[in-house]
Amino acid sequence: MSDVKTPMLDVRDLHAFYGKSHILQGVTFTVGEGEIVSLLGRNGVGRSTTAHAIMGTVDRHGSVLFRGEELINLVPHDIARKGLGIVVENRDIFPTLTVRQNLLLGVKNIRKAGRWSMEDMFELFPNLRERADVMAGVLSGGEQQMLTMCRTLMGDPDLIIIDEPTEGLAPKIVAQVASLLEEIARRGVSILLIEQKLTIALKISHRIYVMGHGHIVFEGVPDDLIHDESIRREWLEV
Amino acid sequence: MLEITIFSLLNGTVYGLLLFMLSSGLTLIFSMMGILNFAHASFYMLGAYFGYTISSHIGFWPGLIFAPLIVGVMGALLERYALRHVHKHGHVAELIFTFGLAFLLEELTQFFWGTDQQAYKGPSLLDFPLFTLFDANFPAYKAFMLLISIGIFLGLLLVLTRTRVGLIIQAAITHPNMVNMLGHNVPFVFMATFGVGTALAGLAGTIAGPVMGTYPGMAHDLGSIVFVVVVFGGLGSLAGALVASLMIGIIQTFAVGLNYSVSDFLVTIGVSFPADHFLHDIWTMTLPQVAPLIPYLMLILILIFRPMGLFGTRET
Ligand SMILES: Nc1ncnc2c1ncn2[C@@H]1O[C@H](COP(=O)(O)OP(=O)(O)OP(=O)(O)O)[C@@H](O)[C@H]1O
Ligand SMILES: [Mg+2]
Repeated sequence: MSDVKTPMLDVRDLHAFYGKSHILQGVTFTVGEGEIVSLLGRNGVGRSTTAHAIMGTVDRHGSVLFRGEELINLVPHDIARKGLGIVVENRDIFPTLTVRQNLLLGVKNIRKAGRWSMEDMFELFPNLRERADVMAGVLSGGEQQMLTMCRTLMGDPDLIIIDEPTEGLAPKIVAQVASLLEEIARRGVSILLIEQKLTIALKISHRIYVMGHGHIVFEGVPDDLIHDESIRREWLEV
Repeated sequence: MLEITIFSLLNGTVYGLLLFMLSSGLTLIFSMMGILNFAHASFYMLGAYFGYTISSHIGFWPGLIFAPLIVGVMGALLERYALRHVHKHGHVAELIFTFGLAFLLEELTQFFWGTDQQAYKGPSLLDFPLFTLFDANFPAYKAFMLLISIGIFLGLLLVLTRTRVGLIIQAAITHPNMVNMLGHNVPFVFMATFGVGTALAGLAGTIAGPVMGTYPGMAHDLGSIVFVVVVFGGLGSLAGALVASLMIGIIQTFAVGLNYSVSDFLVTIGVSFPADHFLHDIWTMTLPQVAPLIPYLMLILILIFRPMGLFGTRET
């Protein structure tokens, strides 16, 4: 399939726009097969916009190669069907549908079994099984976060973009999210994790990128970032 | 009185479900696009005209199938090749576009078929009284309309709540981007929903044309009532559209059937006014005379007391 040397996701000189505002100004990074890569940065630097630019839901130009194939001119549902999945930051569950229906809507192809079944999801999160037939809108914030992640996994992505999964969650739930991320990686899914805090990113990432205003300002392994206090002070810590 | 009650209920239900066939499509399309499609009732008119033309060549039944299909395809193409582009220029542009389209379609209809009422007839197969009650007939054709409307309603309900496509539609109405990113072809779903919505309007026209008349003003006449129905029921709410359709259908039919005026009522409680009293014309106005006003009266009342409509969630 793909050459070992070509990264799975190869984003080059990506620009994105909301109307007239030029948000991404040449973003370049890669995610390798089976890798967990974190994209860190302060509020408003353009991390979510990067995710949406990859998925095709904002005006963009540049290059997004997925397993060597150019995605920049594709529409969102075709991009998703190439094997990408996204968990957006605002926990966009479908509130008037049940938990089970939300999960079913994550499935892209009903005729093909993927890495994840609904049973897997219920095993990982017994809460979701208990509440399988209630409206998703009444779930707690933590449960909604689990549901959005599980919904995207039901579509069997080979690379999943997860935008701030721990924002506003209690430490116990943050730990649950971290162990799900590790489970995802164990099943051979690459992860692009978008975070603001270093907590879980430093622990689980293979590589880390830090974003400034509209471009990448740091690239390295977690150890590099731990030792580079100036980068942390300038671009991360408030 | 019993006779009037039974027949008004039956006829009102037939009329109400017909209104629902139009308002369900209109309200679904509103939920997706965020605008009222002023041309919606024009597809009802086209359904009747196409039904008439096809029936006069190859019979009523082929017309019943093909007229709504043609109208649905026209609707889908309209969404795909016109509205989707107009949408980029905002809601006002869309509204004006559908408004203009309604006029265009009415003019075109007059151009091709003329301004006269067409002699569109129901099938001879159904040309008999289904039953006679108190010397009044209930035509079999009306029962047929009732059956089709109920079938459509149940079908719509099943598809929307029990199928995968229905789930995708429900989710896409509120979260189109998210559904799109999950790998579902939302633009296609929108086009198809628009097509089905207009096909239902067309079907309503095809079956109503023979009883309610097939003439160029029919879109305008029923369109304004359908507009009232969706606002009254709550924009975007299918349940609201159903309740409001039946309410308006039955209330209006009752009003037409009850030949009473305020003065009749006053006489029964022993009050009477001289014939030259300055309010005499109002006292003696009968219910059938005010029947056409009732929907608009209901519209004004709901806008004052519950602007989001019976089942609506947003302010109109
Ligand atoms: N829909 C939008 N329309 C216009 N501008 C937007 C929109 N969404 C985001 N922006 C702007 O784009 C910039 C980048 O936003 P983005 O959401 O990508 O930031 P972020 O890094 O994800 O930070 P955070 O999630 O903490 O807000 C911000 O200045 C924001 O105001
Ligand atoms: Mg963000």
